Amino acid sequence: MLEIKNLSYSAGGTPILKGINLTVNERFVAITGPNGSGKSTLAKLIAGILTPDEGEILFDGQDITKMSITDRARAGITFAFQQPVRFKGITVTDLLSLASCKKLSAAAACAYLSEVGMCAKDYVNREVNASLSGGELKRIEIAMALARSTRLTVFDEPEAGIDLWSFNSLIKVFESMYEKNHGSIIIISHQERILNIADKIVLLKDGTIADIGTKDEIMPLITGTGISAAPCRVVGTC
Amino acid sequence: MELDKIQLELLKQVADLEGVPKGAYNLRIDGKAFGRRDSEHIHIVPKTDGKSGIDIYIDENTVNESVHIPVILDQTGFSDLVYNDFHVGRNADVVIVAGCGIDNCGNGKSEHSGIHAFYLEDGARVKYIEKHYGQGDGNGENVMNPTTIVRLGKGAYMQMETAQIGGIDSTERVTTASVGESASLVIHEKIMTHGRQHAVTNFEVDLHGDGSTAHVVSRSVAKENSSQQFNSQVVGNARCNGRTECDAIIMDKATVSAIPRIVAANPEAALMHEAAIGRIAGEQLVKLMTLGLTEKEAENEIINGFLK
Repeated sequence: MLEIKNLSYSAGGTPILKGINLTVNERFVAITGPNGSGKSTLAKLIAGILTPDEGEILFDGQDITKMSITDRARAGITFAFQQPVRFKGITVTDLLSLASCKKLSAAAACAYLSEVGMCAKDYVNREVNASLSGGELKRIEIAMALARSTRLTVFDEPEAGIDLWSFNSLIKVFESMYEKNHGSIIIISHQERILNIADKIVLLKDGTIADIGTKDEIMPLITGTGISAAPCRVVGTC
Repeated sequence: MELDKIQLELLKQVADLEGVPKGAYNLRIDGKAFGRRDSEHIHIVPKTDGKSGIDIYIDENTVNESVHIPVILDQTGFSDLVYNDFHVGRNADVVIVAGCGIDNCGNGKSEHSGIHAFYLEDGARVKYIEKHYGQGDGNGENVMNPTTIVRLGKGAYMQMETAQIGGIDSTERVTTASVGESASLVIHEKIMTHGRQHAVTNFEVDLHGDGSTAHVVSRSVAKENSSQQFNSQVVGNARCNGRTECDAIIMDKATVSAIPRIVAANPEAALMHEAAIGRIAGEQLVKLMTLGLTEKEAENEIINGFLK
């Protein structure tokens, strides 16, 4: 589905990604690695938000390297931001409608919000502005990805700020998304429980792929190194 | 006499009406009364002091009623000055819809200056909606200079929603309000300018009663070479709560100046001001583009939401 060939990106003369080669055909592919290893940069290159210095990105066999963000979205790529964006005056239902390319009824918007564990009636008419917490915004971001329902979805650290919900629910969202789309889901994450559901784990270090393999092959390499974190370390309830 | 197509369109734009409204109304076209109707509790009386305009008397305890007073100008070069005074009785609770639409297809300047005064007796509640809109394919200027005077009695409440939704070349809006004991005033202003349009808004709110509140909010978008100026002053002369906000998006080569001012003339006055001006955030555009919108579509969504 997604093929990345020799992809490089630098910012201000500093190399961020160096010759990345990666194929994604699996259900869930997790990208992990230390802070600054280039994970979010790779996600933004896939979504078209950044332009590579070198290399190619193929989506379903088509070269999308020079495609705009809009065209990639229309081709079937969804990107859920690590830090969701706020909008004055635009409501949750407005955003979900834009994501699903049709005017949604309150009931349809509620259905997406319920899937991410939000008490829907309290949110459908809320503006996506500074009155919402980071955790609420994050779940709305995930609900938008559900509403998009595309062949490829890229989540940049979806677990951040959702401690009151639970990792199990988040994993159920990924599973239900796969049931609907039968596409691929790329998840950038440090969380062991999310890495554990991955069919393939990509370990990035210093802008290169340090290792790639199944969870049984990769997890022993990163457990205890500080790259992955058990959920309780983030939630702070253990 | 029937409304023609242009007049109907202007009516739709400024008052969301498909024709003559239900209930009490006064429709003014090119400086003359086109139609008028009283309701059982709302009485519209033409002025007799030499000024052009009407007095609208709303009986005390009138509830769930509305009055529409739209104005339409479709003669190029026409200048209209009108005085409309609303006298709202105790404990009435009504909706008042005003607004002016100009269609100027010639080269002359079309100008409307509406001076609206609202006198709310104790406990009265009013939602006032006012839209201004201009169109026309001529070179003539469309000018609107509305003045709004508000006097709120004890426990009265007025919500004022004003919108200048396009096509007005020059506007100077003046709103002065005096807010009595336990009374509240809420103002939401929306302005969008483009081309070489210029808009000035001036608010002066005097909170003189204990327990009075005011919230003045202006949201505006300035495009192309247009310019806007926002002046707002809230004065706290009693134990009161006041807030004035200006939030503007600038695009292209537009300019916006915002001068919010708060004056505490009583130690128990709690006042706040806020002003923010800036371009559309790049991350907002990018987010909407990742949903499949083009940059232009994303920009329109952001502006429409901002001014909604």
